[in-house]
Amino acid sequence: MPTIIAAAAVLVIALLPVAAPWLQFVLTLAIAKGFAALGVAVLLRAGLISIGHAMFFAASAYAVAFLARAGVNDLGLLLILSVLGGALVGAVAGSFLVRYRAIFFAMLNLAVSMVFYALCAKLYGVTGGTDGKPVPVPAVFGVVLGEPAFKSVLFYLSLGLMVLVGLAVQRYLNSPLGHALSAVHTNEIRLEYLGIPVWAVLLIAYVVSAALAGLGGAIAGFAIGRVVPDFAFWTASGHLVLIAVLGGIGGVPGAFIGALFLELLHSAAVTVTDSWNLIVGMALIIVIMFMPKGIYGLFARKEATGL
Amino acid sequence: MTHPILEARSLHVSFNGVKAADDVSIAIHDGEFLAIIGPNGSGKTTLLNICTGYIRPRSGNVLLDGHDITRLSPRAIARRGVARAFQIPQLFSAQRVIDNMMLALAGTDGLWSAVQPLETARRRDEARALLDLVGLADDADRISSTLPEGHRKLLDIAVALALKPRLLLLDEPTSGVSALERFPLMEALMAALRQRRITALFVEHDMDVVARYASRVLVWNAGNIMAEGRPDEVFSNAQVRQRVVGVA
Repeated sequence: MPTIIAAAAVLVIALLPVAAPWLQFVLTLAIAKGFAALGVAVLLRAGLISIGHAMFFAASAYAVAFLARAGVNDLGLLLILSVLGGALVGAVAGSFLVRYRAIFFAMLNLAVSMVFYALCAKLYGVTGGTDGKPVPVPAVFGVVLGEPAFKSVLFYLSLGLMVLVGLAVQRYLNSPLGHALSAVHTNEIRLEYLGIPVWAVLLIAYVVSAALAGLGGAIAGFAIGRVVPDFAFWTASGHLVLIAVLGGIGGVPGAFIGALFLELLHSAAVTVTDSWNLIVGMALIIVIMFMPKGIYGLFARKEATGL
Repeated sequence: MTHPILEARSLHVSFNGVKAADDVSIAIHDGEFLAIIGPNGSGKTTLLNICTGYIRPRSGNVLLDGHDITRLSPRAIARRGVARAFQIPQLFSAQRVIDNMMLALAGTDGLWSAVQPLETARRRDEARALLDLVGLADDADRISSTLPEGHRKLLDIAVALALKPRLLLLDEPTSGVSALERFPLMEALMAALRQRRITALFVEHDMDVVARYASRVLVWNAGNIMAEGRPDEVFSNAQVRQRVVGVA
């Protein structure tokens, strides 16, 4: 996607809450889900579908809640530590999950995430059970803000992170590691014969994707003000895959485009009818049938290998 | 004679009772261009699979520079300087031709290069030089799946060369390559091998290619070595002419 279009799109998103303040929450949540969908999209490059990435989304959100309760009260520190927490969970789970392929990988991710969900729901004394845990408003660089001001800071911080993290992920996908990741999908044998360890390539990708999902979860936790087990439910994982495919896995912007499209469509549909699922479903069918490369594919059609 | 780079000792391999290697021992020495010929299904590709760690023999050993590599993975053997080009080209079909090359070149670089951009001036120049060598310079920006079969074969060989191997194993390098391109390819390949001091072992069905380029020929038949020697010696063997070359 030409830089100028991307810059204009970011500018429009930045200005939208000025015109319609209610959109701020929707957009923050969309960006949060965009990070998690980007994590899913990273693995999709290797042909691996994870139906369990909501686990990392939830893990980092819970990490924020626990750390805040433990006395950590700085937004930046909470984000960093919670993302590291998500990455750590990703490293542990990924160390054995990346040995599997195709349906086995998808199902094992689902299974592990559902174990995590069950633990979150049942360990009432630790996680608060289905009531979840509150995520208090933290200080920003030592400044204590009211909730409305904090939510504005969170939105613009998320937007800034979307650009910076997006560029970093694009850099990663352009590196030999990123190309090796795509190569896993097409020819794992040749990759081994090049002396490149497929297991390490996939584990790094898995940790990166878990960290991205974790970043999304932390932002969502701050935006909603509470983390509940449903963050990790399998439908949430399926939602992330849907966003990634809908937006298009041909490039980093795809995940965010998909998330913004779906969240805005959902917000608009609920104002029109109670049967909003029907509208969302119809829109999805249209996109999937007529845009095989996702919405991003419309912008990136002429790029042979563009990210 | 110099010491062997690669040595296989008393290999036994069988598939469903059919012997692909029955107490076979071979050695390839520094600077050699060893050809293996034999009927289809006689076990030639199996030998390459064993030497590169893709399959394990039931018994016997493979030594690289005197070190046992029988139980090592293809990756570990590749990192010890053994590259392979396949009978059916093994490429990253969704990626550009030059990306296939640069990824191979990146595989030989250090850890830090893994997070640098794939496309660097050095890698691009090296990749283009190798593509030029095999006659694919004009196809550098094509997606590799769109190449005709012969060109895919050439790219597979170029990818193997990009690993800067000491020993190159080629499985039917001229199959799928047009008759017009066959000898120019072999000339270029031989020049590259000599210039880079690469020892090579190649499985081949084209006897003209074998006669012209092999320094030594090994005739493989039903899991055994039927004959071995210089090309002129082997091709004058009546049994070889009848059973392998197909000339009485």
